[in-house]
Amino acid sequence: MAFDLFLQHLSNGISLGSLYALIAIGYTMVYGILRLINFAHGDIFMMATYFAFFGIVTFQIPWFITFPLVLVLTAALGMGVEAVAYRPLREAPKISILISAIGASFFLENLTIVLFGGVPKPFPAPKLFTDVVQIGTVSIQKLTFYIPVVTLLSLLGLVYLINKTKVGMAMRAVSMDQEAARVMGINIDHTIAFTFGLGSLLAAVGGIMWGMKFPQIQPLMGVIPGLKCFIAAVIGGIGNIGGAVIGGFILGIGEIMLVAFLPNLTGYRDAFAFVLLILILLYKPTGILGEKTAEKV
Amino acid sequence: MKAWRVSLLLLLVALVVVGAGCTKKESDVIKIGVFEPITGANAAGGQLEVEGIKLANKLYPEVLGKKVELVIADNKSDKVEAATAAARLVEKEKVTAIIGSWGSSLSMAAGDIVRQGKVPAVGASCTNPLVTAGNDYYFRVCFIDPFQGTVMANYAYSKLNARKAAIVQEVNNDYAVGLAKYFMDNFKALTGDENAIVAVANYNTGDQDFSAQLTNIKAQNPDVIFAPGNFTESALVISQARKLGINCPIIGGDTWETQEFLDIGQEAVEGVVFSTFFATEQPITAESAKFIEAYRKEYNKEPAAVAALGYDAYLLILDALKRSGSTDRVKLRDEIARTKNFEGAAGIITLDENGDAIKNAVIKVVKDGKFTYLDTIMPQ
Repeated sequence: MAFDLFLQHLSNGISLGSLYALIAIGYTMVYGILRLINFAHGDIFMMATYFAFFGIVTFQIPWFITFPLVLVLTAALGMGVEAVAYRPLREAPKISILISAIGASFFLENLTIVLFGGVPKPFPAPKLFTDVVQIGTVSIQKLTFYIPVVTLLSLLGLVYLINKTKVGMAMRAVSMDQEAARVMGINIDHTIAFTFGLGSLLAAVGGIMWGMKFPQIQPLMGVIPGLKCFIAAVIGGIGNIGGAVIGGFILGIGEIMLVAFLPNLTGYRDAFAFVLLILILLYKPTGILGEKTAEKV
Repeated sequence: MKAWRVSLLLLLVALVVVGAGCTKKESDVIKIGVFEPITGANAAGGQLEVEGIKLANKLYPEVLGKKVELVIADNKSDKVEAATAAARLVEKEKVTAIIGSWGSSLSMAAGDIVRQGKVPAVGASCTNPLVTAGNDYYFRVCFIDPFQGTVMANYAYSKLNARKAAIVQEVNNDYAVGLAKYFMDNFKALTGDENAIVAVANYNTGDQDFSAQLTNIKAQNPDVIFAPGNFTESALVISQARKLGINCPIIGGDTWETQEFLDIGQEAVEGVVFSTFFATEQPITAESAKFIEAYRKEYNKEPAAVAALGYDAYLLILDALKRSGSTDRVKLRDEIARTKNFEGAAGIITLDENGDAIKNAVIKVVKDGKFTYLDTIMPQ
């Protein structure tokens, strides 16, 4: 295989991987704080793309106003889901909350089908992001440069927020021991709602980036990315934010390389992610970075 | 509390019973099942067919002195859901006949159910030969893929002067794989070159990233890419191909003719060419003119070919009902099988021994963001 061909594959892989990483961060953060796998994460991500669609196409709001608005709306949606589906179950066994999360996921999917219809809609990607840059024989969409930057910024912002701010300290305290945190005067409900809002905001960032890269949105679009980013989070060590980024890149680049070098296995592309999940769970259940951090998140 | 719940339940039961009593008696209406994807990946195609069927029902609401009632069942673009939806139409709704489905795989999922339930089904735009092969109860008002594959291979060879072709196919879609196979066979025969197909790339329904497959195809530098598949994935394939700097012509099949294909593909799909069933620029029968006018008035847009086919499937069933003079499904099946020179909106229909229509194919191109008529190809 020629070198420039390999470079093209690599750039495709990095582009996809950074997108997975971006969504996996939100997944893993919520898990890190609450020990809850938020299965509705993929659907909140999907809702964010619809918000963007309605902002730009229906209401004709320019993208630089719409996108921040989408972040706010999606964060609010995440908090709403938390208040309705998770908060009443705070004292219930973890499995009940997990089932409630799956219920919330199905509810959002079907609500979208009823409200917006099952027909795919085009995502209004601003030209600025979708232009193509030619480097030698390698064609790279500008977006390919932006997504890793956004992922990195989100990662740094999140690490800063969790480690250096007061609310971050509260989140860490809640993740260690909810009862003790409550005794110390931390408002558990507010902290958890904030965590969900933040996680959903990250899902919205991921959704906007995803929509620009794959400009087609439909009610079930969050399912597969949601599962894959969950896998990415597990590979990296669930609860570990840096691990989620590494997991995302491994998954994205791995998928592209699988299709590139073994075209006959293209049909097993999604299976690849799940096989990886099984292997990780069998041989290193804590994930790649799982052990290093005694303190999750 | 408990008594209250029981009484609520009783009330509900009573309502259902009363409700059931209110519905018209079986003999007053003829039920025709509409078996289409209303949600999911194929929804846009399914909804176009439903529009055609509903229009036909509006223009021709009665047959044999009875009202025709459409029972719409959503097969959700999913093979498993399709079997459930078909079973519901056959066993619960007890429809006289079924129209649909957009998507050959979905139609094939219903094949055994309609055959065993002895309910005649008429497909509108499902083109894979296996839909009707070996099934006495499945018919269709469109041509089949061996013909469509020939049409596009000829187009690539003689109009585009292509000698090397690459395939991008939706590998778990029977329609796409079948059509790609007929294209490859014909293209190899035309070029006389066993190696005329330089690459075959696969993807799954619902995939969104095709960069790896397309990068490999780019390295082979084909003269043309044939990419049969669902319209959403195809639009993404084409736009990603253009972004990777693949500039050769990209051609495909009838499934592309939906507004969503244009919306998602935008300027990337400009110039793509595909085969389909019918063009408003070339009305064929008196019914065509009537259909086009009524469709424009009803929906305020140009009719797609599959809408015309949905319309035709309905008309064909009504015509067979008239000839058979009863709602007996087996008699109806026999009458449908005897259909000859029936004038539908999308052309004249004569069904062959497999229950397939022998018809012309139309070639269209995307020009200025619209589907535009290019050529008509007769069957050999």
